[in-house]
Amino acid sequence: MTRSSQQLWHFHGGLKLDSNKAMSTRTPIIKASLPERLVLPVQQHIGEAGQLLVKVGDKVLKGQAVTESSEYISAPVHAPTSGTVVEIGEFPTPHPSGLNTLCIVIESDGEDEWIELKPTLYPNTKSPSELRQLIRQAGIVGLGGAAFPTSVKVNPGPKAHIETLIINGVECEPYISCDDMLMREYAEELISGCSIIQYIVSATHCLIAIEDNKPEAIQAIKTVIKEKALHTIEVVCIPTLYPTGGEKQLIKVLTHKEVPSDGFPSDIGLLVQNVGTAVAVHKAIVLGEPLISRIVTITGNGVQQPQNIEVLIGTLISELIKQSGGYHEDASKLIMGGPMMGFTLQTDHLPVIKGSNCILVENTQAEAPATMPCIRCSACATVCPAQLLPQQLYWMASSKKFDLIQDYHLFDCIECGCCAQVCPSQIPLVQYYRFAKTEIWNQERDKIKSDHARVRHDFRQARLDKEKKERAEKLRKKKELLEKKKMAETAAKKEDTETEIDPKKSAIEAAMKRVQKKKEAKLASDENVNEK
Amino acid sequence: MLFKTASSPHITQKNSIQALMFKVLLAMIPGTIAMIIFFGWGVLINIIIASVVALLAETLMLWIRKRPIKPYITDGSALLTACLLALALPQLAPWWLTVIGTLFAIVVAKHLYGGLGFNPFNPAMVGYVVVIISFPREMTQWVPPLLDTYTQLNFTETLSIIFGGDLPLTYTWDAITMATPLDTVKTQLGLELSIKEIEHHTIYGPMFGSVGGFGWEWVNGLFLATGLYLALKGIIDWRIPAGLIAALLILSNTFALYDYASFTPPSFHLFSGGIMLAAFFIATDPVTAATTTKGRWLYGAGIGIFIFIIRTWGAYPDGIAFAVILMNMAAPLLDYYTMPRAFGHSWTEFPHHHKVDDDE
Repeated sequence: MTRSSQQLWHFHGGLKLDSNKAMSTRTPIIKASLPERLVLPVQQHIGEAGQLLVKVGDKVLKGQAVTESSEYISAPVHAPTSGTVVEIGEFPTPHPSGLNTLCIVIESDGEDEWIELKPTLYPNTKSPSELRQLIRQAGIVGLGGAAFPTSVKVNPGPKAHIETLIINGVECEPYISCDDMLMREYAEELISGCSIIQYIVSATHCLIAIEDNKPEAIQAIKTVIKEKALHTIEVVCIPTLYPTGGEKQLIKVLTHKEVPSDGFPSDIGLLVQNVGTAVAVHKAIVLGEPLISRIVTITGNGVQQPQNIEVLIGTLISELIKQSGGYHEDASKLIMGGPMMGFTLQTDHLPVIKGSNCILVENTQAEAPATMPCIRCSACATVCPAQLLPQQLYWMASSKKFDLIQDYHLFDCIECGCCAQVCPSQIPLVQYYRFAKTEIWNQERDKIKSDHARVRHDFRQARLDKEKKERAEKLRKKKELLEKKKMAETAAKKEDTETEIDPKKSAIEAAMKRVQKKKEAKLASDENVNEK
Repeated sequence: MLFKTASSPHITQKNSIQALMFKVLLAMIPGTIAMIIFFGWGVLINIIIASVVALLAETLMLWIRKRPIKPYITDGSALLTACLLALALPQLAPWWLTVIGTLFAIVVAKHLYGGLGFNPFNPAMVGYVVVIISFPREMTQWVPPLLDTYTQLNFTETLSIIFGGDLPLTYTWDAITMATPLDTVKTQLGLELSIKEIEHHTIYGPMFGSVGGFGWEWVNGLFLATGLYLALKGIIDWRIPAGLIAALLILSNTFALYDYASFTPPSFHLFSGGIMLAAFFIATDPVTAATTTKGRWLYGAGIGIFIFIIRTWGAYPDGIAFAVILMNMAAPLLDYYTMPRAFGHSWTEFPHHHKVDDDE
């Protein structure tokens, strides 16, 4: 099935950029020489970091897992070559924050000796969940840059039905060409990986989307599909426009559907995987090899020989630059990723990680022009692929109106940089959005914390109140009881005294009566005497 | 070796406010030349006075406000304001009138509101409103088109009229100034004359051209042509002039069809006065206009409607400045109610309801 007439749609905005890819696609992918020392960050993915399985001094084999995790959203890290763990500690890693993270340092023994591999030559003989487990054990994460664990992504849950698997070979950022070269040279492995993922998520068909500026890659894949007579996999050539490689934008172009703002592609029956990830899945299942290497584009006007290199994860960037002929004298900026969304690195003494697709060396010496005030020209809104109002977001971010800015959908911003690229006032807009997002996250974290504290405080207060009430109740009851008792006692006493007094009184009375009687009797006798 | 750090994107870009403003200024040149041809040297003299005053005022205000002078003085915005105001003033207006209008535009309407990007009202139009309200008599000193060919009023004579206020011996004010076509039509219609009668009544020489006011139709035609070019290149937003012209066309056409004797035809509306200058160069000032696509349609249409209302029933012959300022006021509201649907959101989310926390 070659639906060459596949209808395509447009997303709002976008930019036509100079691709600058040719400089790094002149030569085939080369294999980097085995480095003496590899620095493996424990956390190279979105999710939880794994626990260490090795300690300093341990011998490791190529492909041996060095971390593991029981968390669902996680991915293990494997030794990229055989050697010895010489150090475990905090080292600088390529991250926008520039912070140090926990790394395992392995000194290579030069043997490059594999652990025993368990290939699955016929993936269809295994169940999807078994294959997912293998993908997880292989430490595969999205190689397009986001580094989200693939085993989680290929498990859309029992409710979702994936109809179409989209393989993202768009690579819309200028300069980067690792996916282009991968498609040219690993077309067969890519198709195999696509079939496996398609089988896992039981997608009825698979679209491989490639921008029309990569005719060699399109040809290579089409040839393989034709040879293998695959009817459910199809190459779709799409117009070159930045940022078509964004997951949501690509889905819009291919299907006209929009992923809901608070949802996932699986909600609309789609799954998107990067071409590199598909090849990694093939390697993990069919060859049994975990993810220990990737293709990195070394490019830019600041490096002598722009090219693509297959690199062991953990290799230092400085090594790759050396193997690319070194820097030009005027090299001024080192960027990880592309020129639109990549982040700058201060030094090249940083390891390549699973998500590193490109090292871009720039030689621009010119200082950034002075930022002018926003003149509300809306050039930014015209190019925004998320259909936002970037200038309104900018006003709100700069005046710290963090409640209002969310009504203007700040969190739908994909930070593609189109707005900043066209701003005539040269305002670094994306920086403002990142600032606002971070501030809101912090506030939310604080709010959760204070909510926790408030709940705890309220609970304690309630408990104290209850205790106080109970005590008061108890006291009251006790008092009541006491009072009752007292009353009963006094009543009894009263009765007692009454009964006591009575006999006394009667006794006195009786006595008095007796005395009276005696007196009377005496008087009578006296009278009698007198009468006598 | 330590590398420079910066926030993405990392591609150096070419857009700048300066480029934007100067492209707009360049596009005004053909229309301005036509104005000089038809209305004499006064047009140029006004532009020069306004520009010099605007740049001086801008420098002074930047200095007082402790802003860097070079990037702002070279951004072209003050020059653009000056040119727009100068083109809107009568050609023989005394020099001090131009100075006052420009000073008010730059000092009050622009800088006292926070300078470039922060002014809610179009500075040139604020300057114009101030002088038309304060000096109504001087604001009528319009030159009849092609006066030069009849009177040979040369550059020095024009200069001395503007600066000295004294006329060359052979002239009287009545001979060298006259009401604009819009003004004439208005007065005559007030005298119960029909449009046809007015057209035949032009005692002041040529008043009406083939489609609009004589001379004015050329000026408007050129501003339209270069304005379309700017819109095509994306330098100005095409929706604002489109909305303005569409609204004016629909309204004037409806009324002219209803009573052609008392209402001027649409072609006269569009090609007289400063309509094309307003539509493509004044209303498109991004700082004071609406920013959303739908908002810009409405903003332009609003200006067109107000222009028609003021021209037809108002006290002033041309209501562009008032129309623009009225719609400037409405721009934030338009923006709010025309917010586009964000990607992955539904239309039903609009208008946005601010969530009210139950706790608060």
